[in-house]
Amino acid sequence: MPEAPMRELTFAQAVREALAEEMRRDERVCILGEDVAEAGTPFKVLSGLVEEFGTSRVIDTPISEAGFTGVAVGAAMTGLRPVVDIMFGDFLTLTMDQMVNQAAKVHYMSGGKWKVPMVLRTTLGATRRSAAQHSQSLQAWFSHVPGLKVVIPSTPADAKGLLKTAIRDDNPVVFFEDKMMHHKLKGPVPAGEYTIPFGVADIKRVGEDISLVATSSMVQIALGAAEMLASIGISAEVVDPRTLWPLDEKTMIESVKKTSRAIVLDEGYGRYGVTAELAAVIAEGAFYSLDGPVLRMGAMHVPIPFSPPLEDLTVVTSKDVFEAARKLCGKG
Amino acid sequence: MMDATGKTVEVPTLPAERSIDAYRQMVRIRLFEDQVNELYKRGIMPGLAHLYSGEEAIAVGICEALNREDYITSTHRGHGHCLAKGAEPDLMFAELLGKEAGYCRGKGGSMHIADPATGNLGANAIVGGSFGIATGAAFASKQLKNGRVAVCFFGEGALGQGLFYEELNLAQLWKLPVIYVCENNLYNEYTHFSEATAGDICARATAFAVQAETVDGQSVETVYATAKRLIDRARRGEGPAFLLCNTYRYTGHHVGDINREYYRPKQEELEWKTKRDPILLQGAKLIEQGIADQAALDGIQAEALIEMKAAVEFAVAAPYPGPEEVEMHVYA
Repeated sequence: MPEAPMRELTFAQAVREALAEEMRRDERVCILGEDVAEAGTPFKVLSGLVEEFGTSRVIDTPISEAGFTGVAVGAAMTGLRPVVDIMFGDFLTLTMDQMVNQAAKVHYMSGGKWKVPMVLRTTLGATRRSAAQHSQSLQAWFSHVPGLKVVIPSTPADAKGLLKTAIRDDNPVVFFEDKMMHHKLKGPVPAGEYTIPFGVADIKRVGEDISLVATSSMVQIALGAAEMLASIGISAEVVDPRTLWPLDEKTMIESVKKTSRAIVLDEGYGRYGVTAELAAVIAEGAFYSLDGPVLRMGAMHVPIPFSPPLEDLTVVTSKDVFEAARKLCGKG
Repeated sequence: MMDATGKTVEVPTLPAERSIDAYRQMVRIRLFEDQVNELYKRGIMPGLAHLYSGEEAIAVGICEALNREDYITSTHRGHGHCLAKGAEPDLMFAELLGKEAGYCRGKGGSMHIADPATGNLGANAIVGGSFGIATGAAFASKQLKNGRVAVCFFGEGALGQGLFYEELNLAQLWKLPVIYVCENNLYNEYTHFSEATAGDICARATAFAVQAETVDGQSVETVYATAKRLIDRARRGEGPAFLLCNTYRYTGHHVGDINREYYRPKQEELEWKTKRDPILLQGAKLIEQGIADQAALDGIQAEALIEMKAAVEFAVAAPYPGPEEVEMHVYA
């Protein structure tokens, strides 16, 4: 992080600032999505942008996720740098052909001739009492596809720097924001211009005994667990990959080589999920340093239920991580 | 000609010189496809290809009305669109054979030829897969005010895809310069379109207040005249159009679809080939109008045959891409 005066911004303010700066810098950047203009999205992440940039660049669309995502693919190929807003990550299913068969493959299929410099911003995360079709975390689906880059920031500062990088990238980038963080998570954000490169993990807390590799919403969960572990004498390191592809394998592996234990955390489903991949990378890269199995913790393998006591059971808590880590460290 | 309101409108016609060009282009496409079929039968071409024979007047009529920098999107049956927009047959054959000299370095193949130099955004192997890309290119043209028009070619089978209706809605809402060209060759793969298409085809466009017209897709001059009017209109900012072209697919769904009698009678094929062939019709017209004589037409055929044979020779002799190519162009 560059040395600059810090301000406290919410996650949403940081995202908005990144968009505003990039739209001022580059006229080709425009925003497409449902209720992005005057409404500023239902999450109020984009409030104020239409006032500065007008409705020709902050563009309300019909409720046609495939339709306007497809428009963004074609527009990106022909000179614009669109940022698509998919309100709830669950609606990504409607964009799948455009992202997976079109955006991800255009560059390769054309032998490198066409490029698709677009960003698709969307949300992840449960506990908003929104039930099964407004609560999923589908980042694994996109991480599986060659040709896409997947960004999954956990702090306001990371969100700003990574979103600016995403907009400047010449590839289709899928950018996941935890909807519960938008207004609840505040953090220091450097004033002024900076970007954060893709494929560079960030150590959010340095530790010696166990590595907690966590993404997005799970970074705060891991940090909470690390505090609890510290109180019983276990020093936990929290590693945030920040981008799922490109993936900084080295930082994760080095961390686990040092600590000899690892738990990986992601709010998506564990089965065939992000945690499965991260655990495999760690197992392959740090096998001979491990003192125990690499554990995965993610959403329970159920559709997200509406009833609050049930929904809360599906999401990993700091206490869950604390208990698992304690056992793994032989202090159970 | 009078329009619906009784106002006299100018009907664009091809000047003599260009009506011979249109004939030549159709002949080139036909002979290109004949060579493709030969390559398949000789076991030289990997995979399959979907021939455009019988439908040439559409691609040629439309592309005669476009500028080089205007955009097209194409389909799995796309060789004709490519050639009509200005692609070179030698580089196309090289692509069909998976050679490095091909338009996509051999990585796209028959169904994915793309060529930025001629505004070809690429052929698409997802039926209806390029509705979004074409609409997006038109969106970028409007945003960038560069005066370009986008043409989206698709078969009547793609009318079954929901994305089409999302894009029609967006294009009309935003008055985008895009022409949706539906080539109704009567067969959705192996099924007669009437078994898959409810209601009136043009009504699907007019429901969105998109201007819709139907033409005889076997008459290159009629296709040109109608397309020119709709393209000029779109370029003036008056919005998208839908052009239904009635045509016929001479061969099977793909080169391997030889025995077709279970889905259509041979007599039907014979009637189209003898009575409604776009090349025979245009040739007769040129002779009748005194623009060319039979010897001139024969000369065009002979020249095109030499060109296509040389192009095949080039492609057969061209080297395959090296193994280092496999991981190139996944990301820009």
